[in-house]
Amino acid sequence: MLVPLSWLLTYAPLPEPVDVGEVARRLTGIGLEIESIEQVGHDISDVAVARVLEIENLTGHKKPIRYCRVSTAGDSGGSSPRASTAGPDAERSVICGAVNFAAGDLVPLALPGAVLPGGFEIGVSKRYGRESDGMICSAAELGLGDDHTGIMVLPPDAPVGADFVSYAGLRDIVLDVNVTPDKGHALSIRGMARELASAFGVAYADPAEADLPAWVADPGRGEVYPASIADPTACDRFALREVRGIDPARPTPLAMRVRLARADTRSVSLAVDVTNYLMLELGQPMHAFDRSALDGPIVVRRAREGERLETLDHVVRALDPDDIAITDSSGPIGLAGTMGGLATEVSESSTDLVIEAAHFSAPGVARMSRRHRLFSQASARFERGVDYELPIRASAKAAAMLAELGGGTVAPGYTLAVEPVEPVTIVIAADHPDRVAGTAYGTDTVVRRLREVGCTVELGGRSEATPGGRDLLTVTPPSWRPDLADPNDLAEEVIRLEGYEKVGIAMPRATAGKGRTAAQRLRGAIARALAGGGYVEVPSSAFGSAADFDRLQLPPEDPRRRAVLLANPIRDEEPQLRTTLLPGLLRVAGRNVGRGFADLSLFEIGNVARSKEDTAGGGGANGHPGTGAPSRVAPILPVDRGPTPEEIAELERALPDQPRLVGMVLTGHRDRPGWWGDGRPASFHDAIEAAHIVLRTSRVPYSVQAGQCAPWHPGRSAEFVIEPGPGSITTGGEPVTVGFAGELHPRVISEFRLPPRTCAVELDLSLIERAAADLPPVQAPVISTYPVASQDVALVVDEAVPAAKVQAALVAGAAAAGREVLLEDVRLFDVYTGEQVGRGRKSLAYTLRFRAPDRTLTDDEVAVARDAAVASAGRLTGAVLRGSVSAAG
Amino acid sequence: MSAPNNTYDPVRVAVLEPAEVERMTSEALAAIGAAASFKELKAAEVAHRGRQAPLTLASAEIGALPPEAKAEAGRRVGVAKKQLEEALAARQADLEADRDRRVLQDETADVTLPWDISAVGARHPVATLSDRLADVFIGMGYEIAEGPEVEAEWYNFDALNFPPDHPAREMQDTFFVADPGGSRGDTGGRPPGPAPRGDTGGRPPGPAPRGDTGGRPPGPAPRSGLVLRTHTSPVQIRAMLTRPLPLYVVSPGKCFRSDALDATHSPVFHQIEGLAVDEGLTMADLRGAITAFVDAMFGEGLRTRLRPDFFPFTEPSADVSMECHVCRGESTKPGAPPCRVCKSQGWIEIAGCGMVNPRVLVACGIDPDRYSGFAFGLGIERSLMIRNGLTDIRDAIEGDVRFSSAFGMEA
Repeated sequence: MLVPLSWLLTYAPLPEPVDVGEVARRLTGIGLEIESIEQVGHDISDVAVARVLEIENLTGHKKPIRYCRVSTAGDSGGSSPRASTAGPDAERSVICGAVNFAAGDLVPLALPGAVLPGGFEIGVSKRYGRESDGMICSAAELGLGDDHTGIMVLPPDAPVGADFVSYAGLRDIVLDVNVTPDKGHALSIRGMARELASAFGVAYADPAEADLPAWVADPGRGEVYPASIADPTACDRFALREVRGIDPARPTPLAMRVRLARADTRSVSLAVDVTNYLMLELGQPMHAFDRSALDGPIVVRRAREGERLETLDHVVRALDPDDIAITDSSGPIGLAGTMGGLATEVSESSTDLVIEAAHFSAPGVARMSRRHRLFSQASARFERGVDYELPIRASAKAAAMLAELGGGTVAPGYTLAVEPVEPVTIVIAADHPDRVAGTAYGTDTVVRRLREVGCTVELGGRSEATPGGRDLLTVTPPSWRPDLADPNDLAEEVIRLEGYEKVGIAMPRATAGKGRTAAQRLRGAIARALAGGGYVEVPSSAFGSAADFDRLQLPPEDPRRRAVLLANPIRDEEPQLRTTLLPGLLRVAGRNVGRGFADLSLFEIGNVARSKEDTAGGGGANGHPGTGAPSRVAPILPVDRGPTPEEIAELERALPDQPRLVGMVLTGHRDRPGWWGDGRPASFHDAIEAAHIVLRTSRVPYSVQAGQCAPWHPGRSAEFVIEPGPGSITTGGEPVTVGFAGELHPRVISEFRLPPRTCAVELDLSLIERAAADLPPVQAPVISTYPVASQDVALVVDEAVPAAKVQAALVAGAAAAGREVLLEDVRLFDVYTGEQVGRGRKSLAYTLRFRAPDRTLTDDEVAVARDAAVASAGRLTGAVLRGSVSAAG
Repeated sequence: MSAPNNTYDPVRVAVLEPAEVERMTSEALAAIGAAASFKELKAAEVAHRGRQAPLTLASAEIGALPPEAKAEAGRRVGVAKKQLEEALAARQADLEADRDRRVLQDETADVTLPWDISAVGARHPVATLSDRLADVFIGMGYEIAEGPEVEAEWYNFDALNFPPDHPAREMQDTFFVADPGGSRGDTGGRPPGPAPRGDTGGRPPGPAPRGDTGGRPPGPAPRSGLVLRTHTSPVQIRAMLTRPLPLYVVSPGKCFRSDALDATHSPVFHQIEGLAVDEGLTMADLRGAITAFVDAMFGEGLRTRLRPDFFPFTEPSADVSMECHVCRGESTKPGAPPCRVCKSQGWIEIAGCGMVNPRVLVACGIDPDRYSGFAFGLGIERSLMIRNGLTDIRDAIEGDVRFSSAFGMEA
């Protein structure tokens, strides 16, 4: 909110000289953050009040041009330094394109050498064939709003020759105050001046009490224009006043226009300006109707299906049954507290006005303004809370001002529809603020501060809840502070007005924390292992699209197509949450390649969201999961108690699955080329090794097999499977797939415009974390110092037999041979295909390393173990021994 | 040299005379010292210590001496032999050292040649800074609490005392999840369009509204009750519902607001929040926690300042500023050079905080008369801006490898 300091000081007079920096510091210190301080009116000089002596209409131009003789020969003091107030220098002639003034009128005249807002300098110039010796100014040219339509005609009592800046009071300081949503009262000079007075400890004059007409509460001869409240949940105060016989042509006083302009409020007409002015000053939004346009009694009610209203902004709006409508016999004539209707608007011919001041439901106005996307100064105030006792006074002030300024009369009496409002009373222990802040204020300070805020405070009573008792205060917040409802709200008032700097600093108390959980530690370890392995952690987009599913070649029933859609995505291209990290990571890779980084090893750890699998019968059977399924809507639970376990479970059911994944993308060189020679391009082997890094770090038992999953190359990708074991995710005995690694499908690579042979990995980290959670601590191995016995074996198998299977069979066979002979390592050192082993066959050559914990192995023992391993491989994979060479050492 | 048998004197043997032994020794030492290679050294050894070496032959004559002269001659020859032996060893060592020096010199290479064959990995600073911040609180006994990113509205708003229709909800531009019944998970191409609701839709036709139109789901479309969490605060609720009291937790995580992407705003960003619920906690404890945190992250002795602010889930609420860690307030003095970090304000706003609103405790089934709490939260990207000089938030989210790599393993 923009606030002219002079306006604030009217009601919170600070001792001169006022230090605006200190004002800003103190207001910010009590919770009204000053975002900027603007000195206004200092960018205008040498504008004088002048009288138009005669007007010559110049012809032959496309628009009317007038050559005006003006004079600054004045009759009063306060003259402009450059305006001669006597003699021939006082008269000059200027060209003017406006026609809204006549000879004899007083106008603001920019003298040659004058400067106007925006650094616009006025000189002597030749225009339309005449010498123009200055410029007659419009309001906009003087920085007073956006009215360019005519020049500004000043009141007849303006002092001719006077400096216009001083006369109009243009010099001021405007504070831009950031008012938080809890402080509705501060959206007014009234509320802000109260805060300022508290901050400086000066007297405060309530503008809602000042200059009230004597007849404010005079019922007259009864009601004026009839009104009633049909829905007490929509409105609890509705006041009307009538002003008759005003002259609609009367201008808004200059001082009011200046203040409106400073508060960034457009001057429209006298009636609108007066209601806006009082809204800014008091915080009470008001509306003026043209009485002659009203038809029958006014009723405040909810709108009905099918009702429509054309609002002041010329938009015809279909009303919602939740809308709060101001109606007469013709139907809706206004949206309560939001915007008036066009048909009953005050016009240039309105002479009799009905002024409305009311108190509407805050959530009601909030919903309505949101629904119609109509955000007005009125709705901003109503949704934050307006003083419910203000309508009768604010409407009286408005009526009095309009009558005075518009030359009309106030109809005696008023209409006031009232729904009873129970004032809130809060009982707090007198030391409650002390206990919240950890600071001793004392009862006197607490009571004083609460009273400054406007609360009624009664002392007395003792708390029975506390042994020894604590003094109690019964506090009734004022009608303008609907935000004060709880003991802590009152505590905050005391603490902020006393200053947060008075709150002490206590050393943090030590608690017995358990540190990170196993899953949290694992996540960090995996990230560090990958970074240590040369992978760069990057973020990628959290959003995605179904088009990406097609680019990834995902089959229709793929669970990664169960996306969670956003109701209001930022970009149409990404209307949903990601279900896989890969599209985002592939784009990041593409971006980096485009920026000249061709050799990339990237990883990301992040969450995805997938709609829960359809458990309800009927839906999903046709291959369209989600369709026809009952909506699982997360309920809004009550907040006046803790939720029950059932309620929490219901919320959790409505949430989508949100697994944490780790993804990797490799392209370009894995080993870089350089002066040492060629590099080594990243291959599916690297991708698969990266997956091994993750799973090895987790210590979860797992195995690898050939993968068949989009978006990977079906012949060059591996599936990683957690074996049944101690992990809780495999208690059913079935192995669980945790992800895939390898080269991407060539079509996917071209869809994402990536270099050929780009590789990727995606693993379900949540599954791995769960499987790892039950692992016992690592048991220290027994380190045997006896000699090792190495045996090389070459096994011939069918080419389709995976090496991992052969190796697993060797290990299993050796293990079955006995625990005394430990097969401590198996290493594949050669793979051979060719004539010597026959077509469709391959030879795998392994070094087996045996060692016993307690003795040197004999050749016989080693041979038995080796034979057992080979036999096992033969049984399980059809492997045939190609030959063996003893290399015992 | 005298002929041995000419003047045979059983008492004296010429070759064992001291002068003769000394001469032989000198000759031998000279030969050893002059050996320039292992081969020459070997030859010298053979010549002067071998069977036919003069000293060896002389040694054989000792037996011919009368007993009273044997000891004297034996000692003399022994000393000479020892001298030879030592000289040989010394020369051998010198030659070896020479050889090694030569070999090592020959093998010398340019060790400044690059050998960056392997890729160098790095972590993202949002992750490492988040860990680092969490570590500070773990050191104070806090634990890490976590929660989902797609969150129920009740957790994200209602339980945190954001009443329905309260303008506080508008402070956070919220991503709403489309109604699950209206979604087609398998095709998923479009969000549910403007939902028709008879002829009183109340909403002008046009594209579905974006985040900047406010914090409510667009129009009267069916609701899912789910949002993308706008802050990590719903984790506070989850912690209070699931953990025993007293509780001290921090919750780092990803958050979403439907802000358009620019240098200082991102629809996806990260926060870390702390929450303490215990008996008798006061704002002084909150200040203590924040002070300890600033000490750990920015250095000891920086002052902190609380100023009133508003968050629905805390009452009283405050924003936290710390003294600028770069200029320490110097830039606010007249004539001082400007400070880019604090924009010469002397203070930097780093966090929001407050005492847990008792209404939030009630919504979590906690007795507000017995327990009180405090909470604080800060943005990770904002911390990167303050602490690490990040100027454009887009650098932290678009995944350029140069950005992560610059930070290495720690932010």
